[in-house]
Amino acid sequence: MSPAMLSNDPYNLIITGVGGQGNVLASRMVGDMLLQSGFFVTIGETFGASQRGGSVMSHMRISAGSYFSPQIPRGMAHMVVSLEPTEAIRVLKDYGNSQVKVISNTRPIHSIGVISGEQAYPSEKDIKKWAEELSQQVWFINATDGAMRLGNPIFGNIIAVGALSGTGVLPLDRETFRNVLLKKMTPERVEQNMAAFDMGVSMIDSQTI
Amino acid sequence: MENLAEEKKGTTLLMMGNDAIARGAMEAGVRVAAGYPGTPSSEIIEDLASVSKQLNMYVEWSVNEKVALEVAASASYAGLRSMAVMKQVGVNVASDFLLHLAQYGTRGGMVLVTCEDPGALSSTNEGESRPYSKMMEFPLIEPGNFQEAKDMTKWAFQLSEEIRNIVMVRSVTRLSHASSNVVLGELPEINTQPEFRYHSNLMDTMEGPIINLPGTVSFLHRSQQEKLKRVAEIYDECSFNVYTGPDRPELLLITSSACNLYSREAIQILGVQERVGILKLGTTWPLPPKLLEKHLASTENVLVVEEVLPFMEDNIKAFTASIGVRIGVKRFYGKADGTIPMVGESNPDVVLNALSKILSVKYEHVSTDYSKKAAEIAEKGAPPRALTFCPGCPHRASFWTIHTTLALGDREGFVCGDIGCYSLGAISSGFDTLKTLHSMGSGTGLASGFGKLGNLGLNKTVFSVCGDSTFYHAVMPSLVNAIHNRADLTLIVLDNSGTAMTGFQAHPGLEVNATGDNVPAVDIPAICRAMGAKVSVCDPFEIEKTQTVLLKAADDREGVKVVVLRQICALSPEKKGKKLYDMSVDEDICIGENCGCNRLCTRIFKCPGLIWDNEKKKAGIDEVICTGCGVCASICPSGAIKKKEVK
Repeated sequence: MSPAMLSNDPYNLIITGVGGQGNVLASRMVGDMLLQSGFFVTIGETFGASQRGGSVMSHMRISAGSYFSPQIPRGMAHMVVSLEPTEAIRVLKDYGNSQVKVISNTRPIHSIGVISGEQAYPSEKDIKKWAEELSQQVWFINATDGAMRLGNPIFGNIIAVGALSGTGVLPLDRETFRNVLLKKMTPERVEQNMAAFDMGVSMIDSQTI
Repeated sequence: MENLAEEKKGTTLLMMGNDAIARGAMEAGVRVAAGYPGTPSSEIIEDLASVSKQLNMYVEWSVNEKVALEVAASASYAGLRSMAVMKQVGVNVASDFLLHLAQYGTRGGMVLVTCEDPGALSSTNEGESRPYSKMMEFPLIEPGNFQEAKDMTKWAFQLSEEIRNIVMVRSVTRLSHASSNVVLGELPEINTQPEFRYHSNLMDTMEGPIINLPGTVSFLHRSQQEKLKRVAEIYDECSFNVYTGPDRPELLLITSSACNLYSREAIQILGVQERVGILKLGTTWPLPPKLLEKHLASTENVLVVEEVLPFMEDNIKAFTASIGVRIGVKRFYGKADGTIPMVGESNPDVVLNALSKILSVKYEHVSTDYSKKAAEIAEKGAPPRALTFCPGCPHRASFWTIHTTLALGDREGFVCGDIGCYSLGAISSGFDTLKTLHSMGSGTGLASGFGKLGNLGLNKTVFSVCGDSTFYHAVMPSLVNAIHNRADLTLIVLDNSGTAMTGFQAHPGLEVNATGDNVPAVDIPAICRAMGAKVSVCDPFEIEKTQTVLLKAADDREGVKVVVLRQICALSPEKKGKKLYDMSVDEDICIGENCGCNRLCTRIFKCPGLIWDNEKKKAGIDEVICTGCGVCASICPSGAIKKKEVK
């Protein structure tokens, strides 16, 4: 299989969120899909203490020709997928640029500083405005509510993968996703995940005029 | 992860560095592997354990790193290929045995894998192990990409057998916990029978008894140094040392490990391939002398890019001085002159900055306008996330009670901390309860000392805490010390039934080992009783009962008390996703700001499953986050938080 052309090589993708949202798994899924299509994929993950409420970031480098540093150089992300809205802003500060695209979940996860009242959590309206100011294109999706409709908030990560596929920035097709799932889980769980993937795709389609 | 023992030669997988290291060991025919969990090393033993029966190996989680190294060494002495795996601090624990091991040498190929954490992403220090290779005189190799993580691990066994000594393979977080394409090699069929030979004399290191004695030291030490000379010759020809660049570069960049990835990329981004040559060393101690001389002679300027200590830099400088009459004086850039930071993890930007300074090439990653705007927005738009215990974590409940107990009456007291998730007891999520935090087991060692200072006039209640795995790893000797010396202290064992911080690896308190076999559990309360401590056990979710037990222990000033607070980790596979209770807030009872509690639940207890509704001015439950442990119901003074048992 010869890799399709990338809009940039390496294509730099960041998948971010809060510990427990499953962004490490999401990056793994995207990575396995691209590997199946013949790409070199390098993923750098920051976890360890991350299960304990911290920010989690996966840096993905996608290339037709080689492996790259597992950390993206500053200001060089092409796409940021965020499972939590303020995490998108945090990533843009270090890795954003005027050409970057963003997919962000709208469901906040409050840090303990916000819960305790020491910090204020920004409004959805502000977050949307800021994300737009810092990027070329933004898609906001309500992945968590969608996932709850599918029976479990954890599907938010797969909905985000579907949304990423829906934007068409990377060659991530439905069948490749199914093939990756088939290697990892029972047929019943494959169907649940496919439903989440499709829901993500449709969340982008409904925003595209 | 795929089943690593079933994947065929030639297959390309997206592999994490640690999986690649494990596969490399499988391809080398490793027969025995032992380790102690620690981020970022833990996946290697897990991978090997998962295929141990298929590949006829013995794999264990050992009680600590020193024992892991000893278990692995026994296999080498019996002629098998073996491996010990640990994080950087583990090598310190193992180092006493390591010195003796390296002096005598090995028989079957033996590899020590250390996965290190520059920048301390999941450690309490950024210590490193490379200097051990120089100090204790054994070879060190460092993979510079993901394919090499597999291939160099495999080669390490061969090198070990060639010189009959241990070989250290060093990885770092950004290799161990990053992934990329790796092409697999063949898995061998190996059925070597273990045989420990000891019938020859003391000087026969292959057939004699394995003894380090004063009388044999000079023989062994000399032989060890001969081995290192042979290693240097092998390293000079080693294909894992790679030079890319012009014949006579303006700047020679020497690097290794993950810094190789950053350096490659920085050179590409700046487009300075014609000016900078990159010498990627896979073999970092001893240095490859001929190879290094050839490249040092080709340039006037040298930049060394590495993380943590200037280990390569210092060694290369000393080497350059030793051949100075032949190659002349060189200008060095690196950590000593501040070109590369002395502290923290590296990344492509560190190398970009260094190169742009040295070569006077301008580099600006985004416009100043964009970075300024992004920084301003992030200031208000991305509130920082302090680490906290997970929703439903037993440690939050334990620290709540420990903290309130010590604050009761006119008692003054403090807690000595230890290494695990519960280290968060040092910050506000653990109510700032811990007052010391060092290495594995040190909390109880310190408490043993503080517990004697009462005789000299220190009038404070002394508590220490440790986790269940830490108890076996390093707390037991401290506890013996405290009991024998009549120190006045209470050790609180936060027993959550697994090595939770690193992903629920087995430990001696459990009935199942690394490979899923039934094993005898070694009971913590029974050990402590046998040692002579006064022991109680309770469930930290029962706040009142726990407080009674802790108060009794604190007020008993005679000898060592042990309180085992036992409740399984909220993330453990047995418990994850299962709620004990459905939680809710009765909004008629919660009077918010008007309650004297001053928002005790969200302001102080602050479990992530709780919400403060700013409009209603009342507490609430986040049903997506809450795991239903029920503890917040016990702390609400008005009884507004309700729990309903889940049937």
